[in-house]
Amino acid sequence: MKHTWKWKAAAAALALAGGIGAAQDALAQSKEIFVPVLVYRTGAYAPNGAPWADGFVDYLKLVNARDGGVNGVKIAYEECETGYATDRGVECYERLKSKKPVAVNPLSTGITFALTEKVANDKIVLMTTGYGRADSVDGSVFAWNFPFLGTYWDAADMLVQEVAKKGNLKGKKIALVYHDSPYGKEPIPVLEALAKQKGFTLVKLPVTHPGVEQKATWLQVRQQRPDYVFLWGWGVMNSTAIKEAIAVSYPRLQMYGVWWSGAEPDVLPAEMAAKGYNAITMGHSAEKDRPVHKDMLKFLYDKGQGTAAKKEEVGSVLYNRGMISAMMLVESIKSAQSKYGKRVMTGEEVRWGAEHLNLDAAKIKAIGFEGMVQPVKTSCMDHGGAHRGRIHTWDGKEWSYTSDMLEANQKFLRPMIEASAKKYAQEKHITPRDCSKEK
Amino acid sequence: MNIFQQKWMTGLLLAALAVGALAPMLSGVAGFPQWLEVVLGGLMSGVLYSLVALGLVLIFKASGVFNFAQGAMVLFAALTLVRLMEKMPFVVALAIAALVMVAIAWLVERLVLRPLVNQEGIVLFMATLGVAYFIDGIGQIIWGSDIYTLDIGMPKEPKILLEKTFEGGILVSMEDVIAAVIAAALVGALALFFQKTGTGRALRAVADDHQAAQSIGIPLGRIWVIVWSVSGLVALVAGIIWGSKLGVQFSLQLIALKALPVVILGGFTSIPGAILGGLIIGLGEKLSEVYLGPLLGGGIENWFAYVLALVFLLVRPEGLFGEKHIDRV
Repeated sequence: MKHTWKWKAAAAALALAGGIGAAQDALAQSKEIFVPVLVYRTGAYAPNGAPWADGFVDYLKLVNARDGGVNGVKIAYEECETGYATDRGVECYERLKSKKPVAVNPLSTGITFALTEKVANDKIVLMTTGYGRADSVDGSVFAWNFPFLGTYWDAADMLVQEVAKKGNLKGKKIALVYHDSPYGKEPIPVLEALAKQKGFTLVKLPVTHPGVEQKATWLQVRQQRPDYVFLWGWGVMNSTAIKEAIAVSYPRLQMYGVWWSGAEPDVLPAEMAAKGYNAITMGHSAEKDRPVHKDMLKFLYDKGQGTAAKKEEVGSVLYNRGMISAMMLVESIKSAQSKYGKRVMTGEEVRWGAEHLNLDAAKIKAIGFEGMVQPVKTSCMDHGGAHRGRIHTWDGKEWSYTSDMLEANQKFLRPMIEASAKKYAQEKHITPRDCSKEK
Repeated sequence: MNIFQQKWMTGLLLAALAVGALAPMLSGVAGFPQWLEVVLGGLMSGVLYSLVALGLVLIFKASGVFNFAQGAMVLFAALTLVRLMEKMPFVVALAIAALVMVAIAWLVERLVLRPLVNQEGIVLFMATLGVAYFIDGIGQIIWGSDIYTLDIGMPKEPKILLEKTFEGGILVSMEDVIAAVIAAALVGALALFFQKTGTGRALRAVADDHQAAQSIGIPLGRIWVIVWSVSGLVALVAGIIWGSKLGVQFSLQLIALKALPVVILGGFTSIPGAILGGLIIGLGEKLSEVYLGPLLGGGIENWFAYVLALVFLLVRPEGLFGEKHIDRV
């Protein structure tokens, strides 16, 4: 019992240390902007998820190291492993929202669907660069969703535009080989509408998660003999699809992937045999020589602080996309700071910033992304900001652009977007904002 | 259900499956060449499923353990081989990878199975679950989680046969044919090993009763090391074939899930069962996906395999060739 005072003293010291730690955390939090980074570095989708995560995290590190943060405000982040599973993604979000994040990038359309209602209540911006709900472009209903730089409906429309250049589509057949998930199903309404309008037949071939077994699917492709195959896959499904296409002698030149089916991990397992395979891009491919890449090497990799295991990953397609996704977040914060002052922002302020982005060619060049990002101008009406892309083709060793810039036909898509958004608003009892009154 | 009823039901079920398989062609939904392509594709896939199922059957036969780690072993073996191939010739890498699998077998026996001798089957099953997570994690930590290309010279382009007889010919994947031949050779060698060698007979004795086998001087530890080693080598072959098809990556271990309906259908203790089960599952899932899929919205092949296994389970719980379990009371 004579040691009781020692235990009490130790407990008091621990409590004091804990208190100081918590106070320091709170102080740090008040000086930093917190961003949760939902990633998948393990599991079936890791080969595609990891380079995106590396690019995203590296860009945040670069902004902190090179610029001292966003206008002096550092960005704090924490990774959470989702394994591309919706339930784990929601769990990550719930766990990290106590740290008062301003925005979240879930890198999964399934998780995006699950979080859409939650973020509006929690006042956290849901940034989905190149994925998510296509109808969330309509900011009057989806105030907190930002599907920057292109939706799946844009991609579907641009792919049809591209194949239409090769000849009238009337009487032709297009097969959609898609991941049987909210992501894979997203382009179907647009492709069905386009099929009706242009007179082609759409054959839908779902592939169940994770897509390692596709023999039956490609035997159907062989039997149906479509003129084109659109591939809407992710992870191992993409490389398996290309290998199965080879196994049934389907010409790779007639295959077109969405931008999540057009990166190095998708074609490398087949290498030369994948030659001629095409994919739509969001305006960037595997550029490695832009100023942002040079900065990445100089400020991070040369100092051993890069996230990727190998610095050769810097500039790969998915690394670039992760970097661009983080850049859109940083520019949204900057945009918010231009109105509210150069300080730590709240979610509501960053939402305003994301809705008032104006990245013209000069600004894009100034931040080191010249030729990788199309000019972006967001508004209450358009949370996407840009709806352009071009085709890149695998030559057996690398990707190269093989089309001019394409622009999704907003005259065709906008009524569909508004109808879908209106339906969502009615289901969820949301009163749409009047965009003409938004400033 | 008595034994005659059960046999009658099993025969009826197999007849129904045969009719179902022929139905698309007989009803005119599919032409003969298209139907044959699907059947051949299904059988080839089935042989590959058998290969993974074989690893499960081997361990179950010898130790009564359902080895949940078989998929992780397939991935680990393939990862070890492909990463070693970056630094040395294929043959040397293959030999080292095989030694690594034997070392894993020895470690599993020493650290996991030996302390659990005579425990309930469920305890051993749970232990293999832990082994699966461990091998899965350590494999990715040591070798990385990227996609690695494994090129062992398998032909990727298919052959079109009977082009003059049928329009478009009949497509046969040469990669699948070679894989099927390798798998069939392995299955044959293992069947001989189990039936004709002393070690094989000792393995079967251990499977029947651990304690009885020990009492007549069969060294349980050594038998377990042997069987886990053989299973590891089967995993290596499966990893090479699947890795060559898909690239070596995490998803290889998911292939093991395909082996589950195969062993349910074929029986947990039967090597011929694993083969026939694999063929039925492969054939059933491909035919169902191609001909029933469009009616049901597609993407049905995964669950169809399990439904098929479930139907067999209801009629014949021990599987087609499994040993009937009789408890004396």
